[in-house]
Amino acid sequence: MIQVNGLIKDYGIRRALDNITFDANQGEIVGFLGPNGAGKTTTMRILTGYMPPSGGEAIVAGYDVVEESLEVRKRVGYLPETVPLYNDMTALDYLKFMASLRQIPNAEDRAWETLELVNLDDRATNYIGNFSKGMRQRVGLAQALLHRPEVIILDEPTIGLDPAQVVEVRNVIREIGKDRTVLFSTHILSEAQQICDRVLIINKGKIVAEDTPENLQSRVLGAERVLLRVRGDADGLDVIVKKVKGTSKVEFKQADAVEFEFAAGQDVRPQVAKAVVQAGYELVEMRPVGMSLEEIFLELTDDKPAGKRA
Amino acid sequence: MRNIWTIAKREYDQYFISPIAYVIAFAILLILGIDFAGYFGDAMRNSFQNFGSAPDASRTTSLLAFLLMLTTPAITMRLISEEARTGTLELLLTAPVRDFELVAGKWLGALLYILSLVFVTLIYPILLNNFIEPGLDIPATLTAYLGVVLLSGVFIAIGTGISALFKNQIASFFITFLVFLALWWLVGFPAYFITGSAGEVFNYLNITEHFYNGFNTGVIELKNLVYYISLIALGLFTGTIAIETRRWR
Repeated sequence: MIQVNGLIKDYGIRRALDNITFDANQGEIVGFLGPNGAGKTTTMRILTGYMPPSGGEAIVAGYDVVEESLEVRKRVGYLPETVPLYNDMTALDYLKFMASLRQIPNAEDRAWETLELVNLDDRATNYIGNFSKGMRQRVGLAQALLHRPEVIILDEPTIGLDPAQVVEVRNVIREIGKDRTVLFSTHILSEAQQICDRVLIINKGKIVAEDTPENLQSRVLGAERVLLRVRGDADGLDVIVKKVKGTSKVEFKQADAVEFEFAAGQDVRPQVAKAVVQAGYELVEMRPVGMSLEEIFLELTDDKPAGKRA
Repeated sequence: MRNIWTIAKREYDQYFISPIAYVIAFAILLILGIDFAGYFGDAMRNSFQNFGSAPDASRTTSLLAFLLMLTTPAITMRLISEEARTGTLELLLTAPVRDFELVAGKWLGALLYILSLVFVTLIYPILLNNFIEPGLDIPATLTAYLGVVLLSGVFIAIGTGISALFKNQIASFFITFLVFLALWWLVGFPAYFITGSAGEVFNYLNITEHFYNGFNTGVIELKNLVYYISLIALGLFTGTIAIETRRWR
């Protein structure tokens, strides 16, 4: 659905995108992560036909974004970062206007359906200028979904929303992402973790990592880390865990819990559990303590020497 | 084509909630009305005393053309500048709309607003025709109005083109106004000093020449039509190019 190959964008002498390559398939929700100015918006603008790239190619929904820009634009729904709304129109009129630009038959019915989808049908005839930030965001989202596009590109769709609205918007994204391709940018990392099938991390115009949120963790870490908690006295627990073959970096984190690591792919958790129970401890908890996406993100976008990068 | 109409319609509706559009309509109709009242009174008196000449609507159309020159920059300044400032331009540029359709739609919307205003001013020739003997020269009056319509088309096309160049409405306003002043007065000046074909060129470029010595006298001449239509095309072309360049920046 989205195929990007060696995309380059120069703003004057500054190279904003440096040879970006990725793809996204139908039914996939891809998160686009990166610090401000990393090139997320630029990439999205190229994919939506807003601006042409300086080099490389991008195929969206089967059409080249430069050669067949109009065909691409027919098939893409786009919510830009600054939600493009006309304050002096009602939500319904706005959607009807967009529906007629997109040549949708039964514009009015479609506008209503889409307003229902984003839970705004009760405010349909109110002026957008009087809407709260969250409602504006939802009108923008409705505009992006109006023509039921094959590819949906959302630039920071949950920014500025209150927590309840964030959940709502995420649910809508998850729902529509079932049979479409969704590419959305965010810098709220837990969000990417929650709803993305795949995460692309971009920094300074380059993709520094691309994987599922889970795999990213283990790739950065190179090992899996587990927390083990027992009830009551935990003295000597670290010694028991250390004895099990394959564990490393065993250390007390709390009075009743130790953390240890094992190399990715060599799961020693059953052996550890057995050893702990046999030694007479009451095992109450054993869980992975993966690095959060925040830590991975900092790790990958940090300007440290390349050593630890994925 | 449908997109041009969709955009034009939204733009047209926009003017009816815009205070500046009402202010301009009010000002134009007021000034025309005051001028007309004086003329109408004189014409009535003369007509009763049976020594008046036939009434002439070109006085109203020539004043109208001048007032439109002064006010159109305020009508066109926001057309594309405003969309660029609020970010809605990104919406239109990522919708399946050609750049030319966007510019032409904006132009048409503003033109329709001006035409509505011009339509209202038809009341003055109608009054002249009905109350002053022997009535108006109808073809000549219609030709003068055709001139006003074309002139509005030119003003709005130039304004739309310039509005596409700037994010700032005030910049759009002043640049448009300067271009109008240049076309209205400056370009004609050299024609007073330069004789021969070089002077003719300056005279041809002068926008007033084609109206006051052309349409407003009741004459449709090909050179005048060509001049106005080329300027409309130039304005729309500038706008389209400006939007395309915006994409490449």
